[in-house]
Amino acid sequence: MPQNVKRRRGRGRDSAAASHSSRSKVHLRLRVNGEEQEVACAPHSTLLEVLREDLRLTGTKHGCELGECGTCTVLLDGRPQLSCLLLTLECEGRPIVTVEGLAEGPRPHPLQIAFAELGAAQCGYCTPGILCAARSLLDARPSPTRQEIREALSGNLCRCTGYLKIFEAVELAARRMKDPAAQPSEETLHGRRL
Amino acid sequence: MAVGSDGRGLRVVGKPVRKVDGLSKCAGVTLFADDIVLPRMLFCKLHRAPVPHARIVRVDISKAARMPGVMAVLTGKDLPIPFGILPVSQDEHALCLDKVRFVGDPVAAVAAVDEDTAFDAMNAIEVEYEPLDAMMSIEEAIRKPSPRIHEYGDEGNIHKKIALEFGDVERGFHDADQVFEDTFYYEGSTHLPMEQHAAVAAVDPDGKLTVWSSTQTPHYVHRALAKVLNMPPARIRVIACPNGGGFGGKSDPFNHEIVVAKLSLLIGRPVKVTLTREEVFYCHRGRHPVLMQIKTGVTRDGAIKAMHFKSYLDGGGYGSYGVASTYYTGALQTVTYPVENYKFDGLRCFTNKPPCGPKRGHGTPQPRFALEVHLDKIAERLGIDPAALRLGHLVPPQSLTANYLRVGSMGLAKCIDAVVEGSGWKQKFRHLPSGKGIGLACSSYICGAGLPIYWNNMPHTGVQLKLDRGGGVAVFCGEIDIGQGSDTVLAQVVAEVLGIDPYDIRIVFGDTDLTPVDLGSYSSRVTLMMGNAAIQAAERARELLATAVSEKLGIPAERVGFGGGQVFDVEGPERALSFADAVVAAEARFGTIGTVGSYTPPPSAARYKGSGVGPSPAYSYSAAVVELDVDPRTGWVRVDRVHLAHDVGRCINPVLVVGQVEGSVYMGLGEALMEEQVFRANRGGVHRQPSLLEYKSPTTMEMPDVVTYIIEDPDPNGPFGAKEVGQGPLLPIAPAVVNAVYDAVGVRIDEVPVTPEKILKALDSPAKRFGPKGVPEVRWPDPIRVPTPWEGGTGRAAADRRPAEARR
Repeated sequence: MPQNVKRRRGRGRDSAAASHSSRSKVHLRLRVNGEEQEVACAPHSTLLEVLREDLRLTGTKHGCELGECGTCTVLLDGRPQLSCLLLTLECEGRPIVTVEGLAEGPRPHPLQIAFAELGAAQCGYCTPGILCAARSLLDARPSPTRQEIREALSGNLCRCTGYLKIFEAVELAARRMKDPAAQPSEETLHGRRL
Repeated sequence: MAVGSDGRGLRVVGKPVRKVDGLSKCAGVTLFADDIVLPRMLFCKLHRAPVPHARIVRVDISKAARMPGVMAVLTGKDLPIPFGILPVSQDEHALCLDKVRFVGDPVAAVAAVDEDTAFDAMNAIEVEYEPLDAMMSIEEAIRKPSPRIHEYGDEGNIHKKIALEFGDVERGFHDADQVFEDTFYYEGSTHLPMEQHAAVAAVDPDGKLTVWSSTQTPHYVHRALAKVLNMPPARIRVIACPNGGGFGGKSDPFNHEIVVAKLSLLIGRPVKVTLTREEVFYCHRGRHPVLMQIKTGVTRDGAIKAMHFKSYLDGGGYGSYGVASTYYTGALQTVTYPVENYKFDGLRCFTNKPPCGPKRGHGTPQPRFALEVHLDKIAERLGIDPAALRLGHLVPPQSLTANYLRVGSMGLAKCIDAVVEGSGWKQKFRHLPSGKGIGLACSSYICGAGLPIYWNNMPHTGVQLKLDRGGGVAVFCGEIDIGQGSDTVLAQVVAEVLGIDPYDIRIVFGDTDLTPVDLGSYSSRVTLMMGNAAIQAAERARELLATAVSEKLGIPAERVGFGGGQVFDVEGPERALSFADAVVAAEARFGTIGTVGSYTPPPSAARYKGSGVGPSPAYSYSAAVVELDVDPRTGWVRVDRVHLAHDVGRCINPVLVVGQVEGSVYMGLGEALMEEQVFRANRGGVHRQPSLLEYKSPTTMEMPDVVTYIIEDPDPNGPFGAKEVGQGPLLPIAPAVVNAVYDAVGVRIDEVPVTPEKILKALDSPAKRFGPKGVPEVRWPDPIRVPTPWEGGTGRAAADRRPAEARR
């Protein structure tokens, strides 16, 4: 038997830890999307679990819970991190940004608009993680090259898009953050015409 | 509606409209199945078999059942009614009854107050197995008829054997100038959607069951639940959540969906299951591994006089869509280049591995790979440029193939021209420096299957409209958006007909209580079928509005036009009502405004047994040119650029079309170069790499540039002329890669994925080839013989089934 077929989602966990979880919880203060949040969770809870199950921030998705796909990427201290590999305990008091925190009030982040406009989100499941990784890239490199975008997103798997519309959406968002009138190229929207 | 063949006159169709669900997905507010949380919800885990083939001697659930927090434990006897997607393969049980057929086959299920408790209870279940000999390959399953994996099927461990002959291939080979034969192997691969399958079931106090699931086929899940739970379908509601990727992997009704429904009925509380990534690998239903032999007789200029195609499919442990997959490996060879006489022998084995089923391109990428590489070799031997060979022999539009597939619009010539010109093919082919290569391949795909999966004479899809006094339009359809953009296509089509903004439309989808049946997001059927139904529903609404407005304006109804949110006199557009006022006028005149539309494909020309697979209302066409680099020291392949031209009939939304092309190219490259769903025969049949890290798929670092050319050759059967684009562009990628590798380093890799190891072995071999040596000996049945249209055939089988020789 491949032992991990039986694992809870992705991780192995022994019974002692599991029954422990139902008895004693730790009390933590988290800073999520600029808000102070108090949670009581099992000490072995991952940030992913606490975000989705305790705080109901289900915008953060999961694809493996083993740190392999990047789907659960959030920003911790402004840097992209795999929330499935982080213990919530480690995150106390540190700024956490999820996809729900990218917009400014009712105004989506330029990345969100560009992703929607160019079809960089097809099924949309890997999108929240990729948006967080891309946001971190643009914070550090406001005009990234194609190669820098490839590298920044190389830990995020997407099965729908072939990544190209994602690259173009990051580039468009970067341009729009300097020039709000920036438009996608004709070829991006229509393919190449002979 | 008056629409020019060039699309002039269209206001919404053909425009790069932002996906109607795009911003929700980018905001993270779209609810996928695992995002659903209900009060008092329990968690389910499945206990899965650790052995590939065994009789179940004993299942002991007592320890699990006694654990605090465990609410129920199920075993096979709680759900004894079999199910399966195809009526001919009702061979699955929600939990195994008497034997297990692959590692991961579920044997028992628990529901508990939280996931940790469910996990512990799952591990506390004890199962005693009596191991049986396991079949781990096509050859083994053919060689060893016993022990049988299933008690049904054509013989031993052969699930299905097919033999069809159109015309007389022996005569065709005799008439040919040259006959070529090749053997190919296409490895299995899996869909790998980023979302793991999840389902939630809940029961109302009045006994009505609701199941939310990440499914591409809510209608079939509805039917399977009613059957296995032995409940009236009217008491069951299936809601398909937006799929976090499907690619065919969420098209079967699944054991976990039935299990949570049963648990919820037993306990009276909501129950959720979410598969682990590893369970998704074992759930599978992906690309069949296929061994193929192709023999083709051609004239000196490359016309195909006869083709004999044999395919051997490794089906895994259950039927799934497999019978259809097997037919598909022999169906679409004829729709690109005319095949004068055609013979197909196909078989599918049962093996002790996760069941194979439909993955993007369903049963077609494998034979298309074989055919297009085979043609590349033929072109070289005949001394004809591969592009010219294909361009010289194209199936004419509006024609019947040897196997009675009715081709409508056919834009392959334009596709080939586009990629040849765009890539600079003529300057590059056979002229690039060693290590650099360029390869070409073409393909075609169906736009929906002509027949439904279960026999009935009802429509394949329905669309219902509700027009609001405020000018909003609610569109109800059972379709489900799996990322391909079907919600947006639906909104655009309705908006086009009614002349309104697509964002004034609300789409209600995939809900068996609320929406008319749509058979599901598979076989590239949604745009064509749903689109036609939507046009019908919208035109009926338009007629009501036109009548009411014509009375108000005092003009004939034919003069009423729709566009820009206005309903107006086409001879004086200043005489107009807003769309909302037009709805008010129509509602005052006729009462509440609601209309319906539906779609049934045209009857097929094919009337022989087995002709249910292949016919389609229309066929899309693609051509690809791949440019790559091969390092002859390491065998490493780097793809530089892919040119892909796709005949989509009419482009409803260019951003969606380009997105489907790029996604198909990506997935095709994964299959061509790295993806392998393979199992360890010597380690008890476990998956070799059931993780996203070790199952290699292309990342941002491997993805090359893709140049997409949208070709529009409107098909009379398509909505506004539209054809499919979700699957077709995947098909030419693997053969174009293999043909380019040959151009680069002169070796033939007759097997995908093309790994560096295979290239090095081929470089070292005297034949400069890597691939299967041959095919197993099989006694094929006498074929069903169907005279071709050019022999005066009617699409029916001849009474005489004797071999061709005896007939002559």
